[in-house]
Amino acid sequence: MTAVLEASSLGKRYGRRWALSDCTLSIPEGKVVGLVGPNGAGKTTLLHLGVGLLAPTSGSIEVLGGRPADGPAQLGRVGFVAQDAPTYAGLTVDKHLRLGAYLNPSWDDQVAHHRIEELGLDPSQRAGSLSGGQRAQLALTLAIAKRPELLLLDEPVASLDPLARREFLQTLMEVVAEQGVSVVLSSHLVADLERTCDYLIVLVASRVQLSGEIGGLLASHHRLSGPRRDPGSLPATQEVIEESHTERQTTLLVRTDDAILDPTWTVKPVTLEDLVLAYMGRARDTQPPRRSGLKVLR
Amino acid sequence: MIRSTWMQFRAQTVVATGGLLVVAVVLAITGPHLVHLYDANVSNCVARDDCSTATSSFLQNDHALQVGLNVLAVVLPGIIGILWGAPLVARELETGTYRLAWTQSVTRTRWLAVKLGVVGVASLVVAGLFSLMVTWWFSPIDRVNMTVFTTFDQRNIVAVGYAAFAFALGATAGVFIRRTVPAIAATLVALVTIRLLDFFYVQPHLITPVRHSYSLALGTTISGYGGSNGAQASLFPGTPSLPNAWILSTDIVDKAGHSLTASVVNDLCPQLATVLGGPGPGAPQIQGGHVAAIGPAPAGANQVLQACVSKVGATYHELVSYQPPGHYWPLQWAELALYLGVALALAGTCAWWVRHRLS
Repeated sequence: MTAVLEASSLGKRYGRRWALSDCTLSIPEGKVVGLVGPNGAGKTTLLHLGVGLLAPTSGSIEVLGGRPADGPAQLGRVGFVAQDAPTYAGLTVDKHLRLGAYLNPSWDDQVAHHRIEELGLDPSQRAGSLSGGQRAQLALTLAIAKRPELLLLDEPVASLDPLARREFLQTLMEVVAEQGVSVVLSSHLVADLERTCDYLIVLVASRVQLSGEIGGLLASHHRLSGPRRDPGSLPATQEVIEESHTERQTTLLVRTDDAILDPTWTVKPVTLEDLVLAYMGRARDTQPPRRSGLKVLR
Repeated sequence: MIRSTWMQFRAQTVVATGGLLVVAVVLAITGPHLVHLYDANVSNCVARDDCSTATSSFLQNDHALQVGLNVLAVVLPGIIGILWGAPLVARELETGTYRLAWTQSVTRTRWLAVKLGVVGVASLVVAGLFSLMVTWWFSPIDRVNMTVFTTFDQRNIVAVGYAAFAFALGATAGVFIRRTVPAIAATLVALVTIRLLDFFYVQPHLITPVRHSYSLALGTTISGYGGSNGAQASLFPGTPSLPNAWILSTDIVDKAGHSLTASVVNDLCPQLATVLGGPGPGAPQIQGGHVAAIGPAPAGANQVLQACVSKVGATYHELVSYQPPGHYWPLQWAELALYLGVALALAGTCAWWVRHRLS
């Protein structure tokens, strides 16, 4: 499996604050990857590093086998939609498309105009007067029409209403189907990812907590409930991700590739949201408070 | 990249072209009339022997327009700096559109180079055309005034240098500060400060001034006597009449170069203080036969002053440091080169910062 994005001990510091530190991850090719994590996990920093808006303070990052923003060719291979989908408020939709055509040798004007038409956007309307959903669609169009091999989207739907959100993700799915482009999509809302993504990375405090095909992840995690007992007594193949106890009952979220044989457990499947929350919660409990400050001490 | 820059810069180009056209129309209407008046009334005034009346009435023509154009010539570089320079990068950083611009298939170094190049050249063209029109319009007036250095900064080619500098300064401030309005404020403050420092400390010495000695004579090289600002009373150096020259300093010095002191004057001409009511600070000033704020000088005061000047003049002379008319164009070129050089250095700083620090 080749990686579209490979980070190794990647770190980015602003002054004394580490926005991302010691992050090692690998994102496989040909997937729609959901990058989830709480606010401040370093998702935006990671994506900015991936597209070359930022340069690493430490470690390394490779995107499509090259150094991010290392020349026009590398820039052309990666499409990016930044958070809140920035566009030039004073320029019309049509001028944005011309801007895209001027700035990208690989620009596909047909795709761009076709998409704008399909979205029902008025080419003579200024971007400043578009709705949030329309602006996000315009930004996505700009990123798609340059025919990238990898599409990085930073919280593309966070500020959209549910309908615009669904439309945006639908467009995205169409593009993936048509162009076979790899996608990394960051979000802190799991529901968005469930319909769209086939691969999940949970990032908490710069660390990858969980990474894998969503189908496989859902199949290998189970929620067990039964009479109260010590989780330490479980078979070694069952890793406890989350536990909660009442006076009489114990509920666990475990990861195992084997079947659950113990008849005292009631076994239920987990949802993606359960999974993400469990791993985020575990990361919060097991990790000491961010050691960011220590990094700058000599 | 050039086409995209033009597209985003179109509105400003339209405004600038419109502004230049308005100025061109106004100057085209009024300019030929000034030339006509000059030819009719001033050029032959020597023959009619009424030059002072002719010139002073000629200089009253289009007075408001003269003031307006000179002011505009001074502030135009500032306008370019704050409207075109400061927002160039700052607005992209402030509104977040840099994330769009810098992720297209153009490296940000090239992006910045083209932006600075296209808008920078537009600044030079606007400032150059404006200066050309103003210089042409003012030519009969400047010929009459015979003080070309007082409008040195508002004529000919230096305007291009000032515009380039102001634009690059604005862009640099925007890159460093990353917000448009604070960048505009910083640009204005820095521009005014640097231009003032230049005017007082750099411009006069860009080309070594000419120094010339004049013997002392009352009315020309000595303008009067008195104690100004509480100082001991002494002789005032007069400003020699040098048409179209920029007089930088006038000093009364002896052969060794020591300046004339009040005590020397008091020693050589004790009667002078007595006639005017005693030495020391606050002695009344006598200038052009009048005692300041009192009226005509007391009887004999002028003769005493005349005698004093002769006595002092035996060992002292006036040393005048000035830029002669012949230095006008060399100074224009030197000033232009200086400002273009600084503008290029600022553009380089911008590029370096955008490449290495904004990431």
